[in-house]
Formats: sequence, C-alpha cells, structure tokens
Amino acid sequence: MVADVINNGYRMETGDAGLRFKPFGSWIIRNLSEVERALGDFKMPENRLPVVIDLSDIEKIDVAGAWLIHRSAKKFAAANHPITFESVGRGARILLHEVAESDRPAEIPPPKPSTAATLVTDTGKSVISSVGDVRRLVELIGSMAMIGVNMVRRPATLRFTPILYHLEQTGVRAIPIVALICFVIGAIIAQQSIYQLRDFGAEQMAVNFIGIVVLRELGVLLTAIMVAGRSGSAFTAEVGAMKMREEIDAVRTLALDPIEVIIVPRLTALVIAVPLLTFIGDMSAMTAAAIVSFFYGGVPIDLFIERLRDQVELLNFTRGIIKAPFMAIVIGLVAVIEGLQVEGSTDSLGRRTTSSVVKSIFLVIVIDGLFVLYYAMVDG
Amino acid sequence: MAINPRAIKTTGYLLEAEGLSVGFGATNIIENLDIQLKRSEILGVVGPSGTGKSVLMRALIGLLPRRAGTIRYFGRDIDKLSLSARRKVERRWGVLFQHGALFSSLTVRENVQVPMREHMKISQSLMDELAELTISMVGLAPNASAKLPSELSGGMIKRAALARALALNPDILFLDEPTSGLDPVGAAEFDELITSLKETLGLSVFMVTHDLGSLYRACTRIAVLGGKKVMVEGELDEILAFDDPWVQSYFHGHRAQTAQIQQAEQNKVHV
Repeated sequence: MVADVINNGYRMETGDAGLRFKPFGSWIIRNLSEVERALGDFKMPENRLPVVIDLSDIEKIDVAGAWLIHRSAKKFAAANHPITFESVGRGARILLHEVAESDRPAEIPPPKPSTAATLVTDTGKSVISSVGDVRRLVELIGSMAMIGVNMVRRPATLRFTPILYHLEQTGVRAIPIVALICFVIGAIIAQQSIYQLRDFGAEQMAVNFIGIVVLRELGVLLTAIMVAGRSGSAFTAEVGAMKMREEIDAVRTLALDPIEVIIVPRLTALVIAVPLLTFIGDMSAMTAAAIVSFFYGGVPIDLFIERLRDQVELLNFTRGIIKAPFMAIVIGLVAVIEGLQVEGSTDSLGRRTTSSVVKSIFLVIVIDGLFVLYYAMVDG
Repeated sequence: MAINPRAIKTTGYLLEAEGLSVGFGATNIIENLDIQLKRSEILGVVGPSGTGKSVLMRALIGLLPRRAGTIRYFGRDIDKLSLSARRKVERRWGVLFQHGALFSSLTVRENVQVPMREHMKISQSLMDELAELTISMVGLAPNASAKLPSELSGGMIKRAALARALALNPDILFLDEPTSGLDPVGAAEFDELITSLKETLGLSVFMVTHDLGSLYRACTRIAVLGGKKVMVEGELDEILAFDDPWVQSYFHGHRAQTAQIQQAEQNKVHV
C-alpha cells in the first residue's frame, strides 16, 4: 500500500510550557473521513500539562470540522488538561461557539432485547393482533349488515356509479388474465390425466376427472386467487393511501359513512364480479381441456361434450360457483381491514398490502377446504 | 487589453442563471429569465400564484428539464460538467421541500444520516454525533431524533427536513415555502433560525415564499416574478417603490401592514 500523505490532520508538539495541539489543512466535511482517520491514532498524553489548541495552520473549517475540534477539546478537558485556544479566526470562533452551544448528549436508544425474548414477544404480539383482526372483522360485518338492511329499505342509498366503476376495474379488466390462467391450467390437467389414464385405455374417463376438478375446485380457486392478487392489493393500497392522506377522515366530517361510501361499492362489485369471472374461468379451462383431449388423447370434441353432459352433473358446477361470492366477501373484507390499518409511513402501506394478499389467499383456500368438509358430511 | 465582460459579471455569484426557459406542453412557464444568488445573502423569490416560483427552483436544482438557458454554480456551467463533477456540485446545495419530503420509514436521525452515509466514509459513531449536532442546531428536542416523521408536528417536520438539507454542510440552501403551514410565531422562529444559520454557517439561501413576514424578517434581497421573468429585484425599499399593481397590492395591502406592525413591535422588543 502507498503510504498516505496526510494533508488534513493534526500535529502534537511538546514544549516546555505544555502541549500544543495543532490541526492543519482543511477540516471540512469533504475531508472528514481523512481527518477522522488521522484522529483515530490519537493517544491521550498521560500527564496533566496544559494544552494549547492552535488553529493557525487551519486553512478552512466548517461546522463538521469545528465539531471534531470541539470533541478533541472535550477529550483533553476530560483527561484534566487545562485548555486554551489560540489563533482562532472569526469564522472558526462563531462555528466553535455554535457547536458548543448545540452539543448535548444524544438520547441513547434502549438496548435491543435478545432474540429469544423478541421471539416470545413477537409471538404474543401477533396472537393479540389476530384477536384484533377477528374483532375488526366482526365490527365490519356488523356495520355492513346494518348498511345492507338500510339498503333493502331504501335502495336509493346504493351507489350505482362507483359500483359500476369497480365492476369494470375488478371484473371486466380481469377477464383476460383469468381466462388465460384457467386455460393453461385446464390444458395441463387434461394432459396429465390423459397420460395417466392411457395405460388403462381409458382416455375418455379423463373428461369426468377434468370436469369435476375444474368446475368444482380449481376454476373458482384460481379465479379467487387472481382476484385477491389483483383487486385485493389494489383495494388495500387505495384505502391505505386514503387513510394516510386523511381522506377517510374527510369523508366522515362530510357527514358520510366511510363504510357506505368507500367499502360497500367495492365489496358489492367483488361479489358480482367473482362468480362471473369464475364462470368465464371454468369455460376457458374446459375449452382448453377439450382441445388437449382432441389432439393429445384423440377424444373427439362431440364425445367430450357428450361425456361432460352425461357424466359430470350440473351439481358439480353449482357447488363450485356457490363458493365464489363467499370468497369475494373474504377478499374484500381482508383488503379493506388491512387498508384501514395503514399508518403514516410508506413502509406500513407496503406491509399492509402484502399481508392483505397473503391473508386473503390463505383464507380463500381455507374456505374451499370448509366447503369440501361440508359437502362430504352432507353427502354422507 | 481584452477583458471578458462575462468573467467580471460572474465573480461573486454562487448561482447564476441566464436566459432560462422552462415549460410544459405548448406554453413556457418562465421564459428568458435571469437570476443570480450572491454569497451570504437570503434571496426571497415572490410572485403571484402560477408565475413559476417553484418551477424556477426545481429547474435550478435540476429536477425539471429546461428548454433554454445556462445555469452556473460557483462559476461553472453545469451542462459542461462531467457526471461526477456534477454530483460534487449537487452535494454543495441542500433543498428543503415544501412538505419536508422526509423518508417516512426512517427516523429523523436516519433521515439526516442518509446523505452522510451515501457520500462520506466516516464511522457510525461520528455520523451519530454529527446528526445529533445538526438536529440540535435546527432547534429540535433530543427526543425528536428517534421519532418517525409521522410522529412529528408540521413545524418539527420542517426543522427535521432542514437538518437533512444541512447534513452535508451545503453552501447554498434552497427553501420552497419554508414557512407555509406554520403559525405566525412558528414562522417567525423559523425565519430567525434561517437567519442565524446563515450567519454561523455562511450559507446563501434561495427562498421561494408567500410569506410577507419572511421577506421583512429574513430576506436581504427580493426578486418578484411576473410575466414569465423577474419583474423587479432589489432590496425591500426598492421593491416597495416599484410601480406595478400586483407589487403594490401585495406589499401595501392589509396583510403587508400587519406584517410591518409585527416587525416593528418585534424590533421594539429586541431593543
């Protein structure tokens, strides 16, 4: 390594009368790392001789440099050296004065608790917050029910324009992606099941399997997951940004109910849109399955349709699509609850949006499982 | 002997813009505008709403593209600088945005340390000391350093943002409506803070403002924008004597008289 030439540093001179601390060069913020490095090897002399801080070799100084001189002076003072300043220019004097005046002990942040302790407290916190989630859910469902009753009595309170707007955003605009995803999944399932059943020469049986799996479970599940990712996150971000910018408070002060104005239209739109999207997804998946069966399994299209009609009962379709409105409600409620909990920082907006999507996808799958259990019990 | 008149003109100006034009779409908000900032002055830029005060400031600090004109900082044309030289120039100015623009997920201390961390190689402990010093200099209480911006009041946000602007010890400080949203007492205190920081740190300040009080209390020179240009500039007395309906109603209206009375009373108290 090349030996560093220190342009900005200090010299320590020992004379008869005492010590002389002589900073030199430019003690300004641009050179601060160099000055700090130079000061790093500073050793406090083990005596109590008076120290003169001589600024005659300082070319330039700014507030950061003044701070370092002030800090060095404090160190001398702490080691019981009497200190005097010499050759302090006018600018440096003002800076040293300002720095001394603004010097105060920093507030020490409390020490971080150990990992084990954090683990326990975090677990506790998340349990408590889940209880809070349930409470907020119950509250929200309660006020929604009140508004629902109100709407039935006075249908004029239903806001059609926003509902139509959100229907377009969450429904119409989601058609291409939902149709595409279901098409691809339908094709994959068709290929896999035909491949497995081919050994038994039962390619046609694949239609039963595909029909039941897609119409009963996968169509609605995929649609709901897509909607949770697309619209759930959007709702959380919208409501969260409105909360951050006090728009929700503004709605309240205008003698309007935020639930009625902001939440009900979004939820209504979702409840209408998700079943329709599910239907589109189902049809798209079945189309893909028919095409794959024809080319890969050699099942003619008319035979595919015939088997679908005869073997896969309508019940499978209705049992699938009946889940859609429930999933829509869960997605909407989770999105809104998370959105309303956004606090001041952009950080919390991001966190809430993430947790909205994760929670709603999780709950959508749980709901699907509950329906499966229910049907199993009903059918005996 | 050939003397370059431009060279004589540039001396003493920290910032000098010539023939500046900035606009959106088909219209120019400001056109062929000249403005200068001298060393150790507080330049107040005023003008009716929509005359492009903020646009001018944003163009000067390079946030808005300009359609024409040259900008010189410290006598050097910023268009002719390399990227790294430009970054060096940019580190010599600090900007206080109207709403503070603090990073909302960082504490005040961390906000102040962002520019230090990016541009300097110093130890964390020195960075902590310098941040605390700056926070103390702008008049924030010690317990403010660990707070998040969402936990601060409007006046504290301005002070914290000022601390971040001062973190790299700039030569030029740009202030966009520094006293907007503050109560009159808070605004007066903020003006005093700016004035005293100018004295101690040797700052030069470019201040876009609506606040007559700031013009009376803090500014050493005033530029009035109008008609896409600097309509008039000079010290307060010169502006007061300028014959323009907007200037007259702004500086001699009811609000102006209130500000004058306040200022007079403050002077009495100081004496």
